[in-house]
Amino acid sequence: MPEKPCIRLEHVTKRFGKKTVVEDVSLDVHKGEIFGLLGPSGAGKTTIVKMIAGIDEATSGTIHVLNKKMPDLHVMERIGFMAQSDALYGELTAFENLQFFASIYGLKGKKQRERIDDVMNLVNLTDDMKKPVHQYSGGMKRRLSLAISLLHEPEVLLLDEPTVGIDPVLRQAIWEELERIRQNGTTIVVTTHVMDEAEKCQRLAMIRDGRLIAVGSPDELKKETNSETIEQAFLYFGGAR
Amino acid sequence: MMRVRAIVVRIIRQFFRDKRTLALMIVAPMFVLLLMNLVFNGEEYQPTIAVSKKTPDVVVEKLTKYDADVKKLTEATARKQLEKQQIDAFMEMDEGTPKITLEGSDPTVNKAVLMTVQKALQELVPQTRSLQWKTTYLHGSEDMALFDNFGPVLIGFFVFFFVFLIAGVSFLRERTSGTLERLLSTPLKRWEIVAGYIVGFGLFTTLQASLIAWFAVDILDMMMEGSFVYVLLITFLLAMTALTLGMLLSAFANNELQMMQFIPLVVIPQVFFSGLFNLDTMAEWLRSLSVVMPLTYGADALREIMVRGNGWNEIAKDVYVLLGFAILFMILNVVALKKYRKL
Repeated sequence: MPEKPCIRLEHVTKRFGKKTVVEDVSLDVHKGEIFGLLGPSGAGKTTIVKMIAGIDEATSGTIHVLNKKMPDLHVMERIGFMAQSDALYGELTAFENLQFFASIYGLKGKKQRERIDDVMNLVNLTDDMKKPVHQYSGGMKRRLSLAISLLHEPEVLLLDEPTVGIDPVLRQAIWEELERIRQNGTTIVVTTHVMDEAEKCQRLAMIRDGRLIAVGSPDELKKETNSETIEQAFLYFGGAR
Repeated sequence: MMRVRAIVVRIIRQFFRDKRTLALMIVAPMFVLLLMNLVFNGEEYQPTIAVSKKTPDVVVEKLTKYDADVKKLTEATARKQLEKQQIDAFMEMDEGTPKITLEGSDPTVNKAVLMTVQKALQELVPQTRSLQWKTTYLHGSEDMALFDNFGPVLIGFFVFFFVFLIAGVSFLRERTSGTLERLLSTPLKRWEIVAGYIVGFGLFTTLQASLIAWFAVDILDMMMEGSFVYVLLITFLLAMTALTLGMLLSAFANNELQMMQFIPLVVIPQVFFSGLFNLDTMAEWLRSLSVVMPLTYGADALREIMVRGNGWNEIAKDVYVLLGFAILFMILNVVALKKYRKL
């Protein structure tokens, strides 16, 4: 792609004390693609996403998002982030949660109401808007969490394990949703440890023990390793090193 | 049996994993007991009584014999010192009848003064003649109950305690539920989070403090000599200090239980040192600890207002110190949030 990458990581290393969690990771994410970070839990996926989001800072190396060096508060306004935990206020209703986060992004009045209706429609929760969140099921909370990260129409969407603990039907629905969001021009980075989900990404990065072991489209990765499935490809790359 | 044993082993293991809870369960009660011991085993209170220049030496002698610290002062100086609580009472002779003026805001002190005077006079005056003297109070009165004296301290304490706990726990929840992280993934600035908490809780605590003070004064009939507005100002400042301190300390707790563990460490000592008990009987070095405790200043100001009916001049210093505490803790909070996001 001739275009400048939407997200660029260059030799990114992250240490917590003596422990190295991410080691020398370099990769590009292009505009308008769903980019998957695939790896077992504890591989460092969450840390990478948090660094892209600007919450954490790399120990060494640089991260650029939308051509700005991270962390940068202005760029953070254009990023949507959905953490692994649902991060909702259980005592409040869904609507109150949405209102709270919308206000933080500076959405108010009619525009706010419109966006809230839009995102709730998107995740199919319109009927449960007035329910307190602690009455929500796990799947509903995930969807509400996703809705919140979409409120301010971000150009970059970072999703940390968006489908963990969600039933297959709903998982399917969320992926269809992500595809629709992508077609609107949003760049999506999604972490997962479920191999078959990886198939749905345009491109993938395989991560193990904080290192990047392979990058490419699912088909490329499979072809390169002569594997039938992504799982086999992952095992090949993991074992080869 | 095996399952029970498994549970027992698990519980014991969990205890030893959480060394802090373990230590606190043992150390905290000891600590509180120590404080109680220090406070209640203090020596008998020794009142400071001033006498007018004309008072015969034999009276001074007898008063000293019964454990009073006696000073000879002119009436004017004595009044000034009474006002500043440097002396507890002033005694003068009014046509042969002793006349005693008490500072009056602490019933325990009043009792000590009157006891001493009674014992001293009893030895001076022949048994046959009935003993008579006049007593007046600068503040308070004979009817002043112990409750009136420590009521203002209790108001301050309750505001401090509950705000500390609620603010601490709610900020802790923000950390553990991941909402803090989510907030920090937005362009929200660190100080904005702290400020949001301060304003939110500020509104809530103003209401809380108003209700507590109203209840104490109007329902419990607590003594209230000064202005209600000043009481609100002080309780508000105390609440701000408690809020910012609670938020700050919540960073050092991993769950609600660990937040509770700060109560015996942070809150209870303040109760002992804030004037609920007379500190004059406590060792000097121990007394100086009260300087770092916000509740000391809050309680002192509340007493000035409610018991002594004083205004701005007397509480100004307390107001500034409380404000200083709150601002210091606020800044520390903004810095502490750096742990979660550098920007």
